Amino acid sequence: MKIVVSGCGKIGFEIIKNLVNEGHDVIAVDNNPAAIEEITNVCDVMGVTGNSADCETLAEAGIADTQLFVAVTGSDEMNMLSCYIAKRMGAEHTIARIRNPEYNDNSLSFMRQQLGLSLSINPELLTAKEIFNVLKFPSAVKVENFSKRGIELVEIKLSVDSELDGLTMVKMREKYKADYLVCAVTRGEEAFIPAGNFVLKAGDKIGIIAAPNELQKLLKMLGVLRKQAKSVMILGASKTAYYLSKMLISAGIDVKIIEQNAARCEEFGAELGEKAVIINGDGAEQELLLEEGIRAVDSFVALTGMDEENIIVSLFATTQGVQKVITKINREEMCTLANKLGLDSIIVPKSVNADILVRYARALENSMGSNVETLYKILDGRAEALEFNVRSDFTQVDIPLKNMKFKQNILIAGIVRGRKTIIPSGDDVIKLDDKVIVVAANQRLNDLADIIK
Amino acid sequence: MNRRMVFYMLGKIIFVEALLLTLPFAVSLIYKESCAWSFLITIGIALAVGLILTVLSKPSTRLIYAKEGFVLVAIAWILMSLIGALPFTISGEIPNYVDAIFETVSGFTTTGASILTNIEALSHGTLFWRSFTHWVGGMGVLVFVMALVPSLCDRSIHILRAEVPGPVVGKLVPKIKQTAKILYLIYIALTLVQVILLWCGDMNLFESLIHSFGTAGTGGFSSKADSIAGYSAYSQWVITIFMLVFGLNFNIFFFILIKRVKSVLKNEEMWAYFGIVAVSIAIVTANTAPIYETFAEALRHSAFQVASIISTTGYTTADYTLWPQLIKTLLLILMIIGSCAGSTAGGLKVSRVVMLFKQTKKELLHMLHPRSVSTVKIDGKKVDSATLHSVCVYFAVYMVVLFLVFLLLSLETSFSFESNLSATIACFNNIGPGLGAVGPVGSYAAYSPFSKILLSLTMLFGRLEIYPLLFALTPSTWTKKIR
Repeated sequence: MKIVVSGCGKIGFEIIKNLVNEGHDVIAVDNNPAAIEEITNVCDVMGVTGNSADCETLAEAGIADTQLFVAVTGSDEMNMLSCYIAKRMGAEHTIARIRNPEYNDNSLSFMRQQLGLSLSINPELLTAKEIFNVLKFPSAVKVENFSKRGIELVEIKLSVDSELDGLTMVKMREKYKADYLVCAVTRGEEAFIPAGNFVLKAGDKIGIIAAPNELQKLLKMLGVLRKQAKSVMILGASKTAYYLSKMLISAGIDVKIIEQNAARCEEFGAELGEKAVIINGDGAEQELLLEEGIRAVDSFVALTGMDEENIIVSLFATTQGVQKVITKINREEMCTLANKLGLDSIIVPKSVNADILVRYARALENSMGSNVETLYKILDGRAEALEFNVRSDFTQVDIPLKNMKFKQNILIAGIVRGRKTIIPSGDDVIKLDDKVIVVAANQRLNDLADIIK
Repeated sequence: MNRRMVFYMLGKIIFVEALLLTLPFAVSLIYKESCAWSFLITIGIALAVGLILTVLSKPSTRLIYAKEGFVLVAIAWILMSLIGALPFTISGEIPNYVDAIFETVSGFTTTGASILTNIEALSHGTLFWRSFTHWVGGMGVLVFVMALVPSLCDRSIHILRAEVPGPVVGKLVPKIKQTAKILYLIYIALTLVQVILLWCGDMNLFESLIHSFGTAGTGGFSSKADSIAGYSAYSQWVITIFMLVFGLNFNIFFFILIKRVKSVLKNEEMWAYFGIVAVSIAIVTANTAPIYETFAEALRHSAFQVASIISTTGYTTADYTLWPQLIKTLLLILMIIGSCAGSTAGGLKVSRVVMLFKQTKKELLHMLHPRSVSTVKIDGKKVDSATLHSVCVYFAVYMVVLFLVFLLLSLETSFSFESNLSATIACFNNIGPGLGAVGPVGSYAAYSPFSKILLSLTMLFGRLEIYPLLFALTPSTWTKKIR
């Protein structure tokens, strides 16, 4: 599929990289020749230097027969204008990054309609949502929802003294009786879809899929269930912090924000109102953090623009006994390093966005329209969890799963039938109009039919 | 440097060469010639070398950078020439291996300089391979490999940049593999058209193929000692036109295919190229008209020689060393200019010449009006200063290499100043025939083995545009120094 991406910044770069890996024909547009040079060196894309709101630049990128146009430059207005022009020049679908809270809070749906946007993405809002999910469920490294929260997938890191260390899948099922499925495991750099005789080890990251109440039951038995965060300290008054604070406040969670820039503090106070406590000071100063009661909060989120500062302060928070520490890291390479240092809840904003684009592109590719309902890259992008709608063209309905011939590294992790959630065993069947959740490692799926040999 | 990956890819390239060698093998089987054996043996050797390289250097990472791209291209071309020279020596048709290397390098680099004195004595298989190297080398072997092998390596753009000539290398479509395929499809289609047109004339199929390969790659190997002189006026005109066509940037054909005629029409390089050709033909015709009986004949020979030289092909229909002094000098200048970037031709490239002129004009203007601000524009777009800078540097390096080779070649005492200088220019710009002793009726046979190796390297320098070979020959590239 032909995709034009305007803007090769952090987010644009990640999106382009992901789309190229998916096998799309990508054309990168940026007005900075150096950025184009860099992206064409690293990825198999064609580069066009120029202003993406300029008809001539778009024509050079071949916009007329483009299926998808993505505008992710730093300026919202630029993105909107580019998308509008691209749409008028023949691009089938357009996606714009719109991140200004003013546009997002009030006029988004109106603007989307008027500009003919297929989708608008707001990286900060997405990141905030992801952090919010984890804060609501602090036992997990990461939480994803399927079918409007009918099924949840949580990632958990097995600590050194974990009770699961050394257990096989079969033994684990015997010991902890609940309706769940361990759907994927990463050990070091490798991802597995575990079979019955797979042995878990301390240090593994595992993905567990279950209905929300069953999941609570399991985590309680494992003794890792932690209550939802009650008080959160946020470092850095970024846009992400703004969205996150709003969500936390409306969920009744106490929020304290530390920001160095006085003017920014003022603005934040005006935007959020009385409910948030805003402290003007350098969050890298340990004294200040202690004074503001870092020992008393149960969660800490580092959201400054500096990866290094986020990592260091997060480490400090961990030593002060904060139960849940979430670190925002912009550069993906730093993740492994931060993981080694003992930080396990790491949010990389650009990956969150790239996932959405990949999902959208895959859905577009499907002739039937959107067959991939949801797609999450799980376990640091080493595996994927996809939700499909079962349509009449799927040939394997009403056949017990044990009789179906699946490809390697594929697992049917959940079936949602009406309001019922099924964690399937070999005797279950897939029926028409079900929603099926598939976990796949080391491959990409476009359609439900792809899982069969 | 990721040496394993370089050698691994090298192995793959040698496999492709083995594949290419099956064609002359088939030809020699058709003509029932004994040289079939020499091709079979060479294919065996190529397969063995390829196997050893790919098995011994399984890479741990497929990541390569600009450095690896340059080095790979340089070694690939040298190794391909060394293996490609084997059939000539094994079959005994060019008994001296150094001579065979000269001939093969001359083939792959699309130079067309020959050490052979009696071409008609060669077997069909050998003649086919000799000309086929032109066709393969014209568009580039690694581009061919990229079009065939599914994802040769990550970041293969570095290889494309190192192999495709011209100051700026861009893709036609987003995927590099697709780009390589399109380039080769255009190349194959144009070659086929020429084969059919020549076949309609007074050439048989074999001769049509040989001369189409020579034209398409802008090489210049013929199956006849007198090159194209013995063929009809029709064949000469067909070849004239196709030599000019293959001197054009291949992007132009792509734009015509996707009906972006506007982009074609505003291509400054193309117009400059046509302008130079038209003016040169006019000057040459005016000066040669008294030599020939009719004006048409003078025009035909003038057009042919000009097209042949500026496209760096090197076919001839007349011995231009007998023409007036002015014409000889003009042809020597055309040799240096060469054709468009992104074509199969050699030389400095018209786009570089255009940029150099514009840059010079800008600098001169700047001297008169020190506060003036002006930009260099090509095709209505501003050329960024980094590109202009690299063009100037390239020109400087080009001159240094040219004179260095000329100096070393002057160790040959038995050749005149004119012969040595024109031999250097003709080899460096991948034309083939020069002036004096290396003119259209002469050959390079009399040069010493040292000079032949020197000229072989010069041809590679010219075809790969200096840098790849320069880096590969620099010792610090290979040591672990971080320079």
